Amino acid sequence: MTDTLATGVNPLPAAFRDAALTAVVAALLGLPLVGFHVVSRSSGMVLEGRVWELATAVALIFCGRLGIVLVNSGSAWPVLACGGVAVLIGVFAPMPGVFLSVVCVAGGGLLAARAGLVMLRGKSGMRKIQARIQSSGTALRGMGAYLGPALIAFAVALPFLPFADRQVIDIGILVMTYVMLGWGLNIVVGLAGLLDLGYVAFYAVGAYSYALLAQYFDFNFWICLPLAGAFAAGFGILLGFPVLRLRGDYLAIVTLGFGEMVRVILLNWTRLTNGPDGISGVPRPSFFGLPFKRRPPEGVESFHQFFGLDYASIHRVIFLYYLILVLALITNAFTLRIRKLPIGRAWEALREDEIACRSLGINPTNTKLSAFAIGAMFGGFAGSFFATRQGFISPESFTFIESAIILAVVVLGGMGSQVGVVIAAIVLIGLPEWFRELQEFRMLAFGAGMVLIMIWRPRGLLSHREPTILLGRAP
Amino acid sequence: MNAPDQTLLTVEHLTMRFGGLVAIDDLSFAARDGRITSIIGPNGAGKTTVFNCLTGFYAPTVGRLALRRGDEVLLLERLEDFRIARTAGVARTFQNIRVFPKMSVLENLMVAQHNRLMRASGYSFLGLVGIGGYRAAEAEARDLASYWLERTGLIEHADEEAGSLSYGGQRRMEIARCMCTQPTLLCLDEPAAGLNPRESAELNELLLFIRDEHRIGQLLIEHDMSVVMEISDHVVVLDYGRKIAEGKAAQVRNDPAVIRAYLGEEEDA
Repeated sequence: MTDTLATGVNPLPAAFRDAALTAVVAALLGLPLVGFHVVSRSSGMVLEGRVWELATAVALIFCGRLGIVLVNSGSAWPVLACGGVAVLIGVFAPMPGVFLSVVCVAGGGLLAARAGLVMLRGKSGMRKIQARIQSSGTALRGMGAYLGPALIAFAVALPFLPFADRQVIDIGILVMTYVMLGWGLNIVVGLAGLLDLGYVAFYAVGAYSYALLAQYFDFNFWICLPLAGAFAAGFGILLGFPVLRLRGDYLAIVTLGFGEMVRVILLNWTRLTNGPDGISGVPRPSFFGLPFKRRPPEGVESFHQFFGLDYASIHRVIFLYYLILVLALITNAFTLRIRKLPIGRAWEALREDEIACRSLGINPTNTKLSAFAIGAMFGGFAGSFFATRQGFISPESFTFIESAIILAVVVLGGMGSQVGVVIAAIVLIGLPEWFRELQEFRMLAFGAGMVLIMIWRPRGLLSHREPTILLGRAP
Repeated sequence: MNAPDQTLLTVEHLTMRFGGLVAIDDLSFAARDGRITSIIGPNGAGKTTVFNCLTGFYAPTVGRLALRRGDEVLLLERLEDFRIARTAGVARTFQNIRVFPKMSVLENLMVAQHNRLMRASGYSFLGLVGIGGYRAAEAEARDLASYWLERTGLIEHADEEAGSLSYGGQRRMEIARCMCTQPTLLCLDEPAAGLNPRESAELNELLLFIRDEHRIGQLLIEHDMSVVMEISDHVVVLDYGRKIAEGKAAQVRNDPAVIRAYLGEEEDA
């Protein structure tokens, strides 16, 4: 953004040009995305234009862009006006959902507030604030030491907080599952630097291992959990052997193919996996033998009877929540510990320079395989949790988009950063869940989260790396 | 360890062809333990190719590379690259430095001690649950690392990112990293490239220290004649993949074939 004030030129024409250009781009993009919708009539489906909504969106974007440009060039009055217009549009114009109105009002309000700040404090004050926002990433890193324990404490207390209803805990479970998957993939991508686009395959192997073992052999969850991890690790090694001599893009393509292969096999091996119909009636986990049932079968005591509680369906949800929390924390503890072991350092060294690793006598194949297998193992654990939570699994749940989301969580969190993965999972998974009422526009929140992270922290939320060993001599 | 002055490495009839190009042509020489053997020659003479064959990055077309370690003789051409480093104890530096830039200097040196530490950590299984002598082994490894950091003048930078070291610093760190593998043979690929005169004098001192105090045999590729002439015990001159001269530094310097290779020849006949 050019600082037009410094040259003494009136910033308005340039700002209008910029905003108009943005509005044109928005109109072009919006025409197919927002401009039409399908309406069901008695005569069949009809395409209907949505001129009014499109116009509102374009007008909003025009105002917003104008506001941002003008704020950057320090003109407060027009921005105040822009913000005001945005708020007005937000309040009075019809929106496809309440949420968009809220975004509109909030965005306009923010712009106006910022303009007000500029007027009150002058430009230098604004610069300071901006600098503070910029350095907040560094501050976040400083907080890292407290952030982790604080997040854990919050996660442990969540089910008992006053606002925690069934929906919040469900979202918590979902976010936790992705945190665990992210941490598992972090070993492969973040530490060992192997770009794996088929991580969902191991998730699927874990889920199907549990579902099939429970169906055919009547094994319970606690026996299947380690087995699922072992199977997934086995698949990791199976995949790893032929492909780990590949690097970078080539490895990514092969792992992508592997992910799809597993899904297609699950889809077509109808006799074993029931194909696209999936497996239903996957047994729910028990509290170490105590089932969560209102009326347990003869001779079996149920969870609420054992603890003398009234039956409530939320018990099981809370139990599932703690189960995934513990699984995720185990993953975390494992990763933190193994980073300080020679194998963890070798992973990171391999990410940095494979040839140097070879020249130091590190066996690259074994080292990569171990990373692959361990990452896959945690994917398997998460998979069997997924199966027991859903009670129903089908190949539909293990499409490529899942791999992409898990990878996005890792990359946007800052490769190799544990806390970063948590924050990215909350932003990318939690936000779209909260905005369920937006229906098909829900994924906008996902996109917005991604874009914000890319603008604010292009190298990931927490890209700082702590050394695993210190000499402890201050320079 | 080997007895001093014994033959450490014997290269016999080493030939390396890339398609029609003969990069090394029937090269034979020997390097002795506790001595610095330099390989010099004009650009493209095949010096780095010799190193790549020695360290297993290329499989030689023909030839035998025998390394003595204690009473054993290992044939390097039959070993995989990482095994050459692990079992034979051949450590190398790279012409275009290869450090692990995002890791700290100390971590770089810890990675060099990977195999020893892996054994101590029970291949990670015992280390994960905290049983066994991993702590002691790690402390020992850290002591070895700080010894070499002290020697290379990097001790102040131990906890910094290796990528943030100066160029000369990274070169010295590579040597320190090699020494942490406790090698039998140290191969240095143009360690003085890009160093200023003061730094290259320090480098001479370091290499002489490694030779005299640790009795490690070194193989040195170098363009910087001030380094070569000052510290080499034995010089091998290559040109177009062939050995054209061999001997003491002073002797080689006056060899007409060497002068011809470096300065060119007048076409008079």
